[in-house]
Amino acid sequence: MALLQTIALTAHYGDFQALFGVDIEVSEHETIAIIGANGAGKTTLMRSIAGVLKNAAGAVRFDGVDVGTLPAEEIVTQGVAMVPEGRKLFPSLSVEENLLIGAYGRKGGGYWTLDAIYDLFPILGDRRHNPGTALSGGQQQMVAIGRALMSNPRVLLCDEISLGLAPVVIKDIYRAVPKIKKSGASLIVVEQDIAQALAVADRVYCMMEGRVTLTGRPESLNRDAIHDAYFGASK
Amino acid sequence: MIWVDTIAQGVLLGGLYALFAAGLSLVFGIMRLVNLAHGDLIVMGAYLILLLVTLLGLPPFLAAAVAMPLMFCIGWCLQKFLLNRTLGDDILPPLLVTFGLSIALQNALLEGFSADSQRLPTNAMTTASFQAGPISLGVMPLLTFGSAVLVIIGLNQLFYRTELGRAFRATSDDATTASLMGIKPANIFAAATGIALVIVTIAALYLGLRANFDPNVGPARLIYAFEAVIIGGLGSLWGTLAGGIIIGVAQTVGAAINPEWQILSGHIAFLLVLLVRPRGLFPRAHD
Repeated sequence: MALLQTIALTAHYGDFQALFGVDIEVSEHETIAIIGANGAGKTTLMRSIAGVLKNAAGAVRFDGVDVGTLPAEEIVTQGVAMVPEGRKLFPSLSVEENLLIGAYGRKGGGYWTLDAIYDLFPILGDRRHNPGTALSGGQQQMVAIGRALMSNPRVLLCDEISLGLAPVVIKDIYRAVPKIKKSGASLIVVEQDIAQALAVADRVYCMMEGRVTLTGRPESLNRDAIHDAYFGASK
Repeated sequence: MIWVDTIAQGVLLGGLYALFAAGLSLVFGIMRLVNLAHGDLIVMGAYLILLLVTLLGLPPFLAAAVAMPLMFCIGWCLQKFLLNRTLGDDILPPLLVTFGLSIALQNALLEGFSADSQRLPTNAMTTASFQAGPISLGVMPLLTFGSAVLVIIGLNQLFYRTELGRAFRATSDDATTASLMGIKPANIFAAATGIALVIVTIAALYLGLRANFDPNVGPARLIYAFEAVIIGGLGSLWGTLAGGIIIGVAQTVGAAINPEWQILSGHIAFLLVLLVRPRGLFPRAHD
């Protein structure tokens, strides 16, 4: 059974409809990637699941329970944490405080502690007392991931974690993914970089204009099909 | 040598203004809410202490200690059930609502306690003073100043040493991302206003011990508090203390030159600081 699923999920910004009946699901220990061009609705989908946007009742189910109408602060307590697009570190907080605040909504113990995060990203341990925003882009992204992990999520939503980073830094960050999977979390990774998405995911969803246009295992998808799902069929 | 004494009195008076201002600074720093009823809440606190003194026969300091948790609850509810509804992208609703609250509070106090001016009972200790070289120091101004410093230190400890303080700063930075951490901004704001009203109670205690008060003196306290907050830089707690001291010194120096100039010179000092440092002395790096 799916650990987290969306059922005919729609989303609006005022009069503008951003999502048109999106169905995705992720199972326990599974990693899925969501790819698509700018404006396809990937970030909106993440924000809807995380509870930042209001959803209809029944549109999001987590662990067999309807969580569609819960606010963000309760979604994270349930076990779904998000690494938001653009990292969104708290400028008034140090690196360590940014990580600690990630545990604010956490219930009980679990794998992820400060030490476990510093083990995952050793550079953060060296810079723990710096202001979060004094770090390089890649290090800030590590803080944002660590901060989300501190809630011990069962599902981790990663929104464009490679955005604006150098390829070598992206590799550093994705090196953490297997360890995160080993901790027992399922991942939903939003990616612009198709190769990266295919490499990391068990299944891939491709979105265009607020709809899912292609789904499958990475090895079953050929480049033409992805191209069509990405930009519309080339007739 | 008289000037040394004048300035010392001004610094101590600044402690009172910093107490008026600390709660305002706290609330503004966390949720960008300008509470126009702050001065009236101080007066309400003074009446609450007076009520406890007269009804239960408590000494003023003990009465203030009893009033603190009550005021915390009032602040918590005020924020949770009224002011939170006014927060948003538009800055006008909180101004209008707190302005209305200010008028409602003044009239409610007038109805309940009449326009007679009141003061809290003092004893020999609270009116005592002693000589330190050229300076004569009153026990009450010293207590006021000491309390102001303790309040600022306490708030800084709260902000930088506790989990609640971390949540305050995170919510102040970015309430939406804070909610992704499991923080309920509405409750964080309620706690902040609750704490602000605890500080208001301390300010009310010294207001009532040092001078007469009636239901209409709130807005004048608000002006001094505002000026202290803005001189110090919005949201900076130590800056608020510095701002209070600047106004206090300006007032006593002005009064020493000509007693008519006391209030005016405080306002002029405020304008001069704004002229030179429009964002105050210790503005936050980011806003």
